[in-house]
Amino acid sequence: MFNVLVSRLGQAALVMLVVSAVSFVMFRYVGDPVATMSRENASVEEKAELRRSLGLDQPLVVQYGRFLGRTLKGDLGISYRNQRPVTELIAERLPATLELVIVATILSLSLGIPLGVLCALKPHGIAARLVQALSLVGISTPTFVTGIVLILIFAVSLGWLPSFGRGQVVDLGWWSTGFLTISGLKSLLLPGITLALYQLTLIMRLVRAEMIDVLSSDYIRFAKARGLPARYVHFRLALRNALMPVITVTGLQIGSLIAFAIVTETVFQWPGMGLLFIQAVSFVDIPVMAAYLLFVGLLFVLINTVVDILYAVVDPRLRARSA
Amino acid sequence: MKAKLATGLAVAVGALMGMSAEAKTLRWASPTDITTLDPYAHTESFTTSMLHHVFDPLVRRGRNLELEPALAVSWKTVKPDTWRFELRRNVKFHNGNPFTADDVVASITRILDPGARARGNLATVVRAEKVDDFTVDIITQGPYPLLLNDLAGIYILDKEWMEANGALKPGNIATGVTTAASTTAIGTGPFKVESYKPDAGTTFVVNPDWWDKPQHNLTRIEFKPVKSDATRVAALLSGELDLIAPAPLQDLQRISSSQGFKVIEEPSLRLIMLSLNVRPELKAMPGQKNPLLDVKVRQAMWHAIDMETIKKRVMRDKSRNTGTLVAPPVPGYAKENDVPLAFDPNRAKQLLAEAGYPNGFKTKLNCPNDRYINDEQTCVAIASMWAKVGIQADLQTESRATYFPRQDRGEFDVSMVGWATLPPMDGFSVLSSLLTEQKDGYGGSNAGTYSNPKIEELTRKAAVELDETKRRAMLTEALKVARDTVAYIPLHQQPLAWAVRDGVDVPQFPDEYVRLWFATVK
Repeated sequence: MFNVLVSRLGQAALVMLVVSAVSFVMFRYVGDPVATMSRENASVEEKAELRRSLGLDQPLVVQYGRFLGRTLKGDLGISYRNQRPVTELIAERLPATLELVIVATILSLSLGIPLGVLCALKPHGIAARLVQALSLVGISTPTFVTGIVLILIFAVSLGWLPSFGRGQVVDLGWWSTGFLTISGLKSLLLPGITLALYQLTLIMRLVRAEMIDVLSSDYIRFAKARGLPARYVHFRLALRNALMPVITVTGLQIGSLIAFAIVTETVFQWPGMGLLFIQAVSFVDIPVMAAYLLFVGLLFVLINTVVDILYAVVDPRLRARSA
Repeated sequence: MKAKLATGLAVAVGALMGMSAEAKTLRWASPTDITTLDPYAHTESFTTSMLHHVFDPLVRRGRNLELEPALAVSWKTVKPDTWRFELRRNVKFHNGNPFTADDVVASITRILDPGARARGNLATVVRAEKVDDFTVDIITQGPYPLLLNDLAGIYILDKEWMEANGALKPGNIATGVTTAASTTAIGTGPFKVESYKPDAGTTFVVNPDWWDKPQHNLTRIEFKPVKSDATRVAALLSGELDLIAPAPLQDLQRISSSQGFKVIEEPSLRLIMLSLNVRPELKAMPGQKNPLLDVKVRQAMWHAIDMETIKKRVMRDKSRNTGTLVAPPVPGYAKENDVPLAFDPNRAKQLLAEAGYPNGFKTKLNCPNDRYINDEQTCVAIASMWAKVGIQADLQTESRATYFPRQDRGEFDVSMVGWATLPPMDGFSVLSSLLTEQKDGYGGSNAGTYSNPKIEELTRKAAVELDETKRRAMLTEALKVARDTVAYIPLHQQPLAWAVRDGVDVPQFPDEYVRLWFATVK
């Protein structure tokens, strides 16, 4: 068990080193921060001085070495644009993104599971067909289109919900939450739905496939033959087994929701990490871009490592193999 | 006793409600956010325009962009390199501290610090000296005619507050230096900052003790950055905003046809032009003589561009075609210079033949696709117009983040440049940045390495000429030489479009600054 843990953590560290190198090198080629930061009237000397003060005149290896050294000390540098420590910026934006992700996950689970069950139980019913057809739309419509359409319907035409921003937030220590005010909750709805849509269709389709699979298995047929009530068979026996893969997928999807909330956050001017990243790109804010990629990389590595370790805990065969 | 208290409360509540009925809030959005609250830590014109609501400069721009007294009431040059300013009395900072000469000296010293990002905006000033409590001398490196233009963008901070908060040294967004002034703004301006949250919004409340008589009726400004064009328009139409600036060109029609909203438009100071590479060789034709060295070729390129069509098709009739390198309100502008070469493909072919290129030549055409209004479409149109006279332009468009560094390194043959002459708002900025050779701080954006001895001479003379009439004549003459020799091919003046709900009255300015101290809402 100890060996598994050490080897998994070793792999995780290696992956993070690669991610850091890739993010650092990659972002050197997205543009030159000096050009976006200089005055229009800036002289050649002024630009050279700025480049020196940013350390951009040093060889790439030296720059990477400094970056790695600082990162290991927990210092991700200073944002060129917001002129504040990047770690502070990410910590500040994390609540907004996490709350959005929580709402999206709740929405997709609470709608996706029942709809999936419905489609599995009555695969030829009108409702099931309609849901199936709509889910195709949900999976193939780009997020920004969904967002804009929702804004046009619910904000512009009906005027029920705000079109952008987080509404009023309440600070609980360093965590600022929109869950405690009416305007905060209202603001969460549209971006939450937008972000949930893909996830929702994914879960619905997964539940449907698993349910159909389970429903045709022997133990369900035996249960039905024994005359057990349909509700008991469908929900206690079938759904429980069908949900196992759903839980795994949902866990992994939370990681990608955080990472890919970028589009939703841009459409709704949601002050989370995605928006921070997008603004960093247009400003060639290398420290923020590199830190964001590191953060997302770390998130995926952590989730995968925990999943791997959990598998090893649950399934002794895996332990024997890797040891 | 209880009844009395209840009545008292009722009266108080009534008074509060009465007040809130009077409160005039203006909610507005723009695609970019304020970078920092420290006016010396950045060089971004949007941030400067926002901070002008909080801080006052010594001299400011009035309704017609003319320079007028602000914190200084009068000034004179006591020596060619010494300007004496008399300061306004009875002005208070937002924290209640009185405004005196010490604040001016501390502020000027702060921006002249080598660590100040905005130091270049006041490059010619050596120091400021206190004469008495309400008189200050500003000493420049020799005669400097544009000092007032520069000072219009230099905001005055409170010395006592800076001392108490360790903010006497400036911040710098480039090197990441921050001070208390990065997140707190104490000025003398018409509004105070109530809260500042990057990417989420900044709110301002009116400063009841402002020294000037307010021409606005606002009590509160709620500013929110909204990056996505579609969302910004939707938020205006759904009633969550009163003003969006800028309004996206593709949505103007829709906004003005919506009940209760209107679009306000004006040509901006920003002029779009093509920069031409006059090095010995073109990147597109290595090993051969650069055709662009011949003025006839440059004229042919100009003759071949049909700006009327671009204006109609690409700019939706919102732009203004130009023949010179500065906009009409800018000193140095002359109507007789502002005549584009006529669209005449036959003349273009003839000129090309005379220059020895009867079958045309190859060049590269580089343009940004996210910097100027419809920049990419404009270049696509120009490339196809050139093709008709035999100039094969290999068009490449890219994001501003990679485009401008490449332009700076001189990697382009023909490329798009936009110039607004800001912040000085003076034709000298075109001469010193675009038309002169790169040395002694001149020619910072002269990507094509254009050079002309007459312009070099006029630029250096104009730099120290204090007689405004003579100085303007020099600018005009230099710009005429630039036109005659086709230093750049001027294209058009960009449109500036904002959108407001009915009942909001906001004056627009060609420098794209939002000046809400002139705004009224109903």
